[in-house]
Amino acid sequence: MAAKKTERMLNLVICLLATRRYLTVQKIREAVPGYEAGGEEAFRRMFERDKEELRDLGIPLEVGTNSIWDDEPGYRIARRDYQLPEITLEPDEAAALGLAARLWQSAPLAGATGSALLKLRAAGVETPSGATALDPRIGATEPAFEDCLSGARDGKLLRFAYRTSGRPGEEERQVEPWGVVSWKGRWYLVGHDRVRDATRIFRLSRIVGPVRIEGPAGAVTRPEGLDLRAMVVREADDSRSTTARVRIRVGTCWELRRAATSVEPAGAGWETVELGYGDPDRFADRVTGYGADAVVESPDEVRTAVVHRLSTLAEREPAR
Amino acid sequence: MSGTLEELPRLLALVPYLLKRPGVPFATAAADFGVSETRLRKDLNLLWLCGLPGHYPGDLIEIEFEGDTITLSDPQGVDRPLRLTVDEALAIVVALRTLAETPGLTDPEPVLRALAKVEAAAGAAAGAADLVEVALEGAQTVLPVVRDALERGKALRLVYWTAGRDETTERVVDPVRVVVVEGQSYLEAWCRRAEGVRVFHLGRVQDLAVLDEDAVPRPGLASRDLSQGLFQPSEGDTVVTLELAPAAAWVSDFYPCDTVEEQGDGRQVVTLRTHGSAWIRRLALSLGANGQIVSPAALAEQVREDARRALAGYGTSGAHSHLE
Repeated sequence: MAAKKTERMLNLVICLLATRRYLTVQKIREAVPGYEAGGEEAFRRMFERDKEELRDLGIPLEVGTNSIWDDEPGYRIARRDYQLPEITLEPDEAAALGLAARLWQSAPLAGATGSALLKLRAAGVETPSGATALDPRIGATEPAFEDCLSGARDGKLLRFAYRTSGRPGEEERQVEPWGVVSWKGRWYLVGHDRVRDATRIFRLSRIVGPVRIEGPAGAVTRPEGLDLRAMVVREADDSRSTTARVRIRVGTCWELRRAATSVEPAGAGWETVELGYGDPDRFADRVTGYGADAVVESPDEVRTAVVHRLSTLAEREPAR
Repeated sequence: MSGTLEELPRLLALVPYLLKRPGVPFATAAADFGVSETRLRKDLNLLWLCGLPGHYPGDLIEIEFEGDTITLSDPQGVDRPLRLTVDEALAIVVALRTLAETPGLTDPEPVLRALAKVEAAAGAAAGAADLVEVALEGAQTVLPVVRDALERGKALRLVYWTAGRDETTERVVDPVRVVVVEGQSYLEAWCRRAEGVRVFHLGRVQDLAVLDEDAVPRPGLASRDLSQGLFQPSEGDTVVTLELAPAAAWVSDFYPCDTVEEQGDGRQVVTLRTHGSAWIRRLALSLGANGQIVSPAALAEQVREDARRALAGYGTSGAHSHLE
């Protein structure tokens, strides 16, 4: 059954590619095997479905008439709209393409890569196969990924329940999607929040339940010149505007030392580093993690915050 | 869904593919299309029934088999593949851009040339690629050295910071491959010091050099599946139960937890595994009042002791005073 249908549709594509004149449905019925059986109505329904499926596959059907005296429109496929233009890759370019094609690890983009690669191979591109010593992968395991991507692609409004960090429960959001960004292995949606009337960045893993895609395609207007990545990084990154002095035990706290603008010896087994931070609480969390290997000397806001944290931890009653 | 949505695009690609490669072996074509040879034969049997209206012998797609090879001589107009769809163009263009923009991961020059050609061939469909951006953490100076060692099959000397124990060590490794998982770049290698496979976060390599010495090949290692993340639980792991305040909910986003129980008020009780106690003690310290180890009790006591020792650095009272 499926083979019959595939055969019919392949013949239909060949027929519509070969014709310069628009073919009416009757002409198509005569020309393409597989449409002859059944009554007129069954045929029309079958043809409508086939047409839809061709469009879903990205096959551009043109509808039109051959002359002003024709009252029934016909169909054809314009070769220039159908075919992939010539593409020839040098071996190093093909190797780059082969590597890029391995990047997407999960649906839907892994599937789209596979079918794109078939087309490029059919155009004569030879991509090397087999394992390489370079294996970059991007996952997109968040359930909301596919819907957020297709909403952004089609310019439609998204509605979903969202869990805000540090607050219980979730809230309904209505977002005009501008795009999605992967940063530090996590996916974010960037867009305009209609309820808050402001630009917002959402972490896809905090979207709870299904995403509803609403409205006509193209309803969302994306501002010009967006730098999606910069927007996400700005939101998530801690700007380093204030300088702290921290005494660290030699051979420890490499992360702090790496970020340091200066390192000075500070007596046996100790060094003093200076480094920038943005949010004093976040910085205090980070330093507290090093326990007795890091002692904040200044400024007071961080020193006090660390001492407060340590006192809380030291005096805490064992859990129930 | 019928199989047609899958089969038709394959057949429409198969015709120009075969046209470009007269005499291609069955096995090669099947591998390129990701199907079995049996499936490929079925596809070919269907293809030569298809052709131009009339469907007389001269109208049909013509295929010849000779030994194990296939030659297609008349495509009946299907001589070029279909254009890329928006999703296909997006997937390829974003992937190439990501490779080109990740510091040190590849030589960006051929990647950018390939990108320009794919964008030109995709035409308007490539526009949607602006909707997706991927930032991968590369390593501008470290990665090219690692790639050089891999390409020439040489051993590497690494000075490496182990975050979990907060210590820096020097070791010689036989590199296996570079992997990028969850946005971070790692080197998978046989560590001669530990006598086992280790995964090194390239952002924590303090210094490295390619040695004159050949790397000892470690066949079979590259097939390890890291797609589920780098953290692979093992027998000796400690299972830790943590209670998290809403402000620490990021912990369950960030670390692989075995269980996450929402408490209804935004608090969570999670369990996770750790190898050795240093890492979890540091996490518990950095969480402060927002996180508490529920069990094991001994670990919770260690964290209290860590905090007391750290307070001594600020003067025993914990009061705010500078230490001389």
